[in-house]
Amino acid sequence: MDSDLSTQDKKDLDKFIKFFALKTVQVIVQARLGEKICTRSSPSPTGSDWFNLAIKDIPEVTHEAKKILAGQLPGIGHSMCVEISLKTSEGDSMELETWCLEINEKCDKDIKVSYTVYDRLSVLLKSLLAVTRVTPAYKLSRKQGHDYVILYRIYFGEVQMRGLGEGFQTVRVGVVGTPVGTVTLSCAYRTNLALMSNRQFERSAPIMGIIVDHFVDPPCGSQRPANMGQPCNYRATDDDDGEAFAGVQDSQEVCTTSFSTSPPSQCFCTLSPSPSKLSKALPLDNPQFPLVPGLVTHPAQSIYTEFAKDDSCICSPFCLHMQLLSYQPAVLAGTPELCHTAANPSQTLHAGKEDGVLHPAQPYHGTEAHLTVEHMPNIPGSRGDNDIFSHSGEGRRSTSPSDLVETLNALTRKVGAFVNKPNARLSATMDLPFAAFAPRGLDSEDNDPMVHPPDSPSCMSPLQASLHSQGSDGSGQQDDFVMVDFRPAFSKDDLLPMDLGTFYREFQNPPQLGSVSLHISSQSMADDLVDSLPEKLAIYERNIDEFDAFVDMLQ
Amino acid sequence: MRLSFKNNLTMNCRSELLEVTVEARQVEESILSLLHTILLHRSTGKFHYKKEGTYSIGTVGTVDIDCDYIDFTFVKISSEELDRVIKKAVVEFKDALNISGSDGIGQISLEFYQKKKSRWPFSDECIPWEVWNIKVNVVNLANEQERQICREKVGEKLCEKVINIVEVINRHDYVPKMPTQSEVDNVFDTSLREVQPYLHKITYQITDSLGTSVSTTMRRLIKDTLAL
Repeated sequence: MDSDLSTQDKKDLDKFIKFFALKTVQVIVQARLGEKICTRSSPSPTGSDWFNLAIKDIPEVTHEAKKILAGQLPGIGHSMCVEISLKTSEGDSMELETWCLEINEKCDKDIKVSYTVYDRLSVLLKSLLAVTRVTPAYKLSRKQGHDYVILYRIYFGEVQMRGLGEGFQTVRVGVVGTPVGTVTLSCAYRTNLALMSNRQFERSAPIMGIIVDHFVDPPCGSQRPANMGQPCNYRATDDDDGEAFAGVQDSQEVCTTSFSTSPPSQCFCTLSPSPSKLSKALPLDNPQFPLVPGLVTHPAQSIYTEFAKDDSCICSPFCLHMQLLSYQPAVLAGTPELCHTAANPSQTLHAGKEDGVLHPAQPYHGTEAHLTVEHMPNIPGSRGDNDIFSHSGEGRRSTSPSDLVETLNALTRKVGAFVNKPNARLSATMDLPFAAFAPRGLDSEDNDPMVHPPDSPSCMSPLQASLHSQGSDGSGQQDDFVMVDFRPAFSKDDLLPMDLGTFYREFQNPPQLGSVSLHISSQSMADDLVDSLPEKLAIYERNIDEFDAFVDMLQ
Repeated sequence: MRLSFKNNLTMNCRSELLEVTVEARQVEESILSLLHTILLHRSTGKFHYKKEGTYSIGTVGTVDIDCDYIDFTFVKISSEELDRVIKKAVVEFKDALNISGSDGIGQISLEFYQKKKSRWPFSDECIPWEVWNIKVNVVNLANEQERQICREKVGEKLCEKVINIVEVINRHDYVPKMPTQSEVDNVFDTSLREVQPYLHKITYQITDSLGTSVSTTMRRLIKDTLAL
C-alpha cells in the first residue's frame, strides 16, 4: 500500500519511473536511427544524467513522449509502448517491433527506492541498450535510407501486437521490483519479413537500369556497414518538427516522425537467401550452376517468388530494385574451374556515376563483386586460376583461338548483358533458386548472346561491324535479350560525332590484333590450304633430292 | 582443477556458461562482445564520496561497436583503459588458442570477486560472486561461402548470448552491497579513470585436441585464492 511508502520515496519513485520511461524511449528511438551511438563517460557527476548513463535527449522525441504520457505515468493497465515500423519509398509500411514498458501489480515492499530501485533501473537501461542492437530491426534500421525509413510511434494504453504478423517473438529485457509494482520492459518483434516482398513487388513494374542514387557516393566495399562514421543526424529531424506535430490532434493518434538519415554508405542488404539455402539446392555434380546475383528486376520476379516462399528468411528485399549487383559467392567446394563474368552488367549501368566520366565496371558495391562464379566445362583446357577474377569485366578466357575471338567480341559488346527471361530449358532441368541467371547452355554457342551478340541498335562503328559480320547475322535479335538504354550523365558532347558512351565502348579495350581478327579471308585460306595440299606435296616429292642435299649440308 | 573447486569454497558464487563456435578470425570479436556486454552491466560511474556517508556517481557513456568478421553490433562502456585491459586478455587467449592448434577448444572466464581483508600474515582473500565462462570452439572453414554463412550464424548466436546475459543479470541475484568509502576497493576496481567496474579478473584455459588441459592461469588463480 502507498501508505507504507514514505512521501519522499513515493515522489522519488514517480520521478524515477517517469524519467525511466523517457529514457527508454530515447534509447529505443536512437537505436533505430541507423547510426552508431557513441557517448562519453564522465567521472564527475553532471546531475543531469539520469541513471548515471550518458543518454542524449533528442528534443523531439522527449516532446513526443511527454505529449503521449500527458502527465500520466505508466501504471497497471497503462503501458507505454514504442512501436517501430518500416515504411518503403512506395508507401508500404510494416510494423517491426513493439517495445513495452509495463507495470504490474506485484510489489516488492522491502526494496529501497533511492538506492536499489534506482540502481536496478540503471541496469535495466543498460540491458535495453544491449538488446536494442540485437533484435532484427536493428540491422534493418542501419540500412535504411532510400528504399525505406524506420519510423516510431509512441502510444499509451494497451499493447497492440496484431501488426507484427504471425510468429512474432518476444524478448524480455528485464524487470525491476518496486514498492508500487514491478516494472517490466519487453519487446515483441516480427519474424516474418517476407510479406513485404510479395506485396511490394506486385505493384512495381520492373525497373531496369534505373539507379535511384545515381549521383550518390558509392557504397563502401565491405558488405557490412563497418564503421560508417556518420554523424548523429539529430539536426535533420528539426525539419520534421513542424509537420510531425501539426497534424496530431489526439494524443493517442498515430504520430510518426520519420528519421531519414543521410544517404547511407551502402544500400546493400542481404537479398539472396543465405548461402546455406542455396548450396542445398545446387546439385554439386551439375557443371552449370548459376550466378547468384540479385540482379535485374524482370528475372528478379522469380527471385522474389523464391525468396518469399522461404518464410524463415529474415532478409530485406527492399533494396532490390535499385541494387543491381547483389552477389553471393556461389562457390562450391570442389569446383575446379572458376571463370568469371558478370561485372559486365555493372559496366553498362554504372558508368557515368562519378564525375560524368565513365568508369569501367565498378561493381555497385565497390570492390567485392568479383565473386560471381560460372563454371564452364565445355571450354577445353580452360584454366581455373585465380587471376581469372577481374573487375573490369573481361570475358571468359579460353585457350582456343576461336574462343578467344569470341571473347574479344564479348568484350566489345557490353550491351545486352542482362538476360531477361529465364531459359526455359535451363529451368526445366535445374531446380535452382536463381535459375534465371544461369548461363545459357554452352553447347550451342550459336544461340548464346554473349558469344554472338545481336546487332547493336545504334552507332555501330565500323570496327564492331567487321567483327560481328560473321556471328550476328544468324542469331538476329534474341527475344530474351534486353537492350539497356545507356545514358551516362554529362555525356552530351557536340564536338565529337558520337556520344561518350559509344566512344567509351569502342575504345575501352585495345584494338583487335590483326592476326586474330576473324576475317573471311582467313577461313577461305584454310580451305585453300586443304585444296592445294596435294599439289604442294607433289612438288615437294619432285624436288626431294634437293631437300635431302640441303639437310645433309646442315648436319 | 576445475572451477567447481572454487564453488565449494564460496557459497554464493554463481556460474554461467556461454558457448560459441567460431572461426579463428572471429574469436577475438566474439569474446570481446560478450565480455563487454557483461561489463556494461557490471560497471558504474566513479563514486564520489561526500560527507555523511553519501556518494554520488559519475556518468557512464556507451559506444556501439560493429564487428568486422561477424554480422553483429554490440554496446560497450566508453572507457579506453578498460578496453585496453580486456583486449589484452582476449588477445592473449586468442594467441594461446592459436598455438594449441586449430582444433583447440578454449574457455575464457570473467570472474567478479570481492576482497575480504584478512589479518596479517594472511593476504586478502578473493571471493568470487559471479563467474562467466565463455567456451570457444574454433572451426576451420573451407571456402568463402561457408565463411559467409558463419558470419551470419555467429552473429545470430551472439544475439542469443546477449539476451542470455541480460536475462541472468536481470534476475538481480546477489551483487555486493554498495560499499562505504573505506570498503570501496574491496568491491570495485577504482583504478580506472572514467568508470568503475566491479572487481574482476579474466582467466583462461586451453584444451588442445588431445583433450589435455593446459591451465597455467588456473595455477595462478589458485595461488591467489589460497594465498600461498
